[in-house]
Amino acid sequence: MTSSTPNSGAINLDPWFSHYAERASGLSASEVRALFAVASRPEVVSLAGGMPFVRALPQDLVSDALDRVMRDSGPTALQYGSGQGVPALREQILEIMALEGISASSDDVVVTTGSQQALDLVAKLFIDPGDVILAEAPSYVGAIGVFRSYQATMVHLETDADGLVPEALAEGIRRIRADGRTIKFLYTIPNFHNPAGVTLSAERRPEIVRICAEAGVLILEDNPYGLLHFDGPVPDALRSLNPDGIIYLGSFSKTLAPGFRVGWALAPHAIREKLVLAAEAAILCPSSFSQLVISQYLATADWKAQINEFRGVYRDRRDAMLDALGEHLPDLSWNVPNGGFYIWVTLPDDLDSKAMLPRAVTELVAYTPGTAFFADGNGRQNMRLSFCYPPPEAIRLGIRRLATVIAGERDLLETFAGTGRLTPNGSGDSVTAPPPDLS
Amino acid sequence: MSLPLTIAILSGGISHEREISLRTGRRVADALSDRGHSITLLDPDADLFSRLDGLEPDVVWPALHGSSGEDGALLGLLAARGMAYVGPAPSAARLAWSKPVAKTLVGRAGVTSAESLTVTREAFRELGATNVLSLVIRALGTHVVVKPSQGGSAQGVTIVNDADALPRAMVDAFTYHDVVIVEKFVSGTEVSATVIDTGDGPRVLPLVEIVPLTGTYSFEARYTAGETTFFAPARLTESELRSAEAAALTAHTALGLDYMSRIDLIVDERGTAHFLEANALPGLTETSSAPLAIEAAGFEAGELYEQLARRAAHNTVTG
Repeated sequence: MTSSTPNSGAINLDPWFSHYAERASGLSASEVRALFAVASRPEVVSLAGGMPFVRALPQDLVSDALDRVMRDSGPTALQYGSGQGVPALREQILEIMALEGISASSDDVVVTTGSQQALDLVAKLFIDPGDVILAEAPSYVGAIGVFRSYQATMVHLETDADGLVPEALAEGIRRIRADGRTIKFLYTIPNFHNPAGVTLSAERRPEIVRICAEAGVLILEDNPYGLLHFDGPVPDALRSLNPDGIIYLGSFSKTLAPGFRVGWALAPHAIREKLVLAAEAAILCPSSFSQLVISQYLATADWKAQINEFRGVYRDRRDAMLDALGEHLPDLSWNVPNGGFYIWVTLPDDLDSKAMLPRAVTELVAYTPGTAFFADGNGRQNMRLSFCYPPPEAIRLGIRRLATVIAGERDLLETFAGTGRLTPNGSGDSVTAPPPDLS
Repeated sequence: MSLPLTIAILSGGISHEREISLRTGRRVADALSDRGHSITLLDPDADLFSRLDGLEPDVVWPALHGSSGEDGALLGLLAARGMAYVGPAPSAARLAWSKPVAKTLVGRAGVTSAESLTVTREAFRELGATNVLSLVIRALGTHVVVKPSQGGSAQGVTIVNDADALPRAMVDAFTYHDVVIVEKFVSGTEVSATVIDTGDGPRVLPLVEIVPLTGTYSFEARYTAGETTFFAPARLTESELRSAEAAALTAHTALGLDYMSRIDLIVDERGTAHFLEANALPGLTETSSAPLAIEAAGFEAGELYEQLARRAAHNTVTG
């Protein structure tokens, strides 16, 4: 059970501790992550995770597709498949991307195990230790984790209500290169950003693409939420503006169900070749079974109507959260997302979302501290609230509880006002995000 | 040969230490299951007692850390229902749960502990935070440990080295609980003493010395395998070992703990053992110190857990 070092009598519970790669150094237990364990209890209103509300997906639609796959092509579904993905599904993916202005060849689509795997593959192909990855401030925690694992340095760029600020991008590129550092790509989530909730405006899109093209910076466009719009479609994808300079990532996790673990990358041809080889090295092939069921579903179900159903569900929940924030926490500031899953909240005064989380758990409400979404330690004054999973009445209860938490924390800070430094002492804890199975 | 027991292990709950409790529960379940007992893991909720009624276990093992488990509340309810469980009387758990109370009682029994002050939110409000902080510094200096008065796993605990960091450390501790204990920092060898009682009186298992890589036995150091090196038995002189064992036994007895407890101590450079805190339901996770003590004592964990469970099955504790 335990490992003792001969002679010294020392017991090291992980005899391989000194063997880990340097990139594994951040993979430690985390007090904040442990707190999220409580959020899985039904007593707790979790506004922390990003689980889609899959109950809104009629189960018979999926079981019909599943039955037909097993009846018509069971042996194929249960077999290894192409490392690039099932051809029929890749054709159907083109239809989905066409909704956001993308015209492409199915040859350039690589199906992956969720778009998270595509992120990992792209990082594996491009990042050497110390390379710089540009990203919005804040950025998706799952991407930060991947890039960090390849020992990249993430540089966050100013982002406002219209998304990434082009001037900040241009200046960032100039400054980083002047420092002699290598930029490998810009990672961006243009639509209903996770966690910021903002959407890159139509005016800025060509500008961002132009700046990157002129500077020779590849763009990694991550678009899991684009079809979940509440107030009309989003502007065309960046990919539609420069097919040669952009890798586009899509996913069925939000528009169908994450349990399939199917996403995709659309990449310029040469990159696509390497992505397929890297994918085969990693997992041989994505799940044939999941791909065929999705393909069947897309072929026979009214998937566009289903996405519209999802929009309605999420719109109602967003509205419930916005109303509750307005009623119970009027002196906080937040954005109004026009789609997606998240509201980004800025706290007043010296409130620290990470330090406050234990109090929130005591009050049976959970959120994700803003620090999860920055690679540079920022975000303490922010929190991400997810409206995707809890029903509206639970969201209202959660926000009421959050108001109690914030009142308690403010009272505490007021008690200590004037005593000196109240900025957090810092624990070196970097894993501040909930696990993927948290609602 | 004894008959297998039906054992309900309670783990999880809604305390801040839920995850740790779940880990302890699984480890205990595996160990007892390997010895042929019938194990049911239950996460306490509104249906707990009806599920226990349906299960009719021979014994309940509360593997609950944090509030409702270690504070004695759930133990009291189990006792009131006449259910046998592995753990101390509810009153003993309550005493150990409050760090200032435990420190006082253990101190009265003759065990040394670090100089400390217990402060409340109310005291800061009434007397002014600046005044209270300067009194704390005047009394204890600036090298102190700030802890919530309840809870475990080092949650909300900060080691403060300068006055500048004290206000934030207080805020962090008050985020967990409205009562905070500030202790003068004692440097020395950090050891944990696991005390067991399988029915023939309490005895101290080999002391486990704790050497975190970062120097601080933080949450990360406790639950990331490899981030802490242990020595069992601790690298102390014979007289230091005896003195620390005696302190642990005294603390266990003074608080009325039973079955298994963990007493945390610091042995200073003069060989004096200082009581830090007592754990009425110690962690038995894969990175906890108690299982190391059990192994160092020559027990197989399942064997010891079985002895404790069998003893409990023949007792009904009232609190």
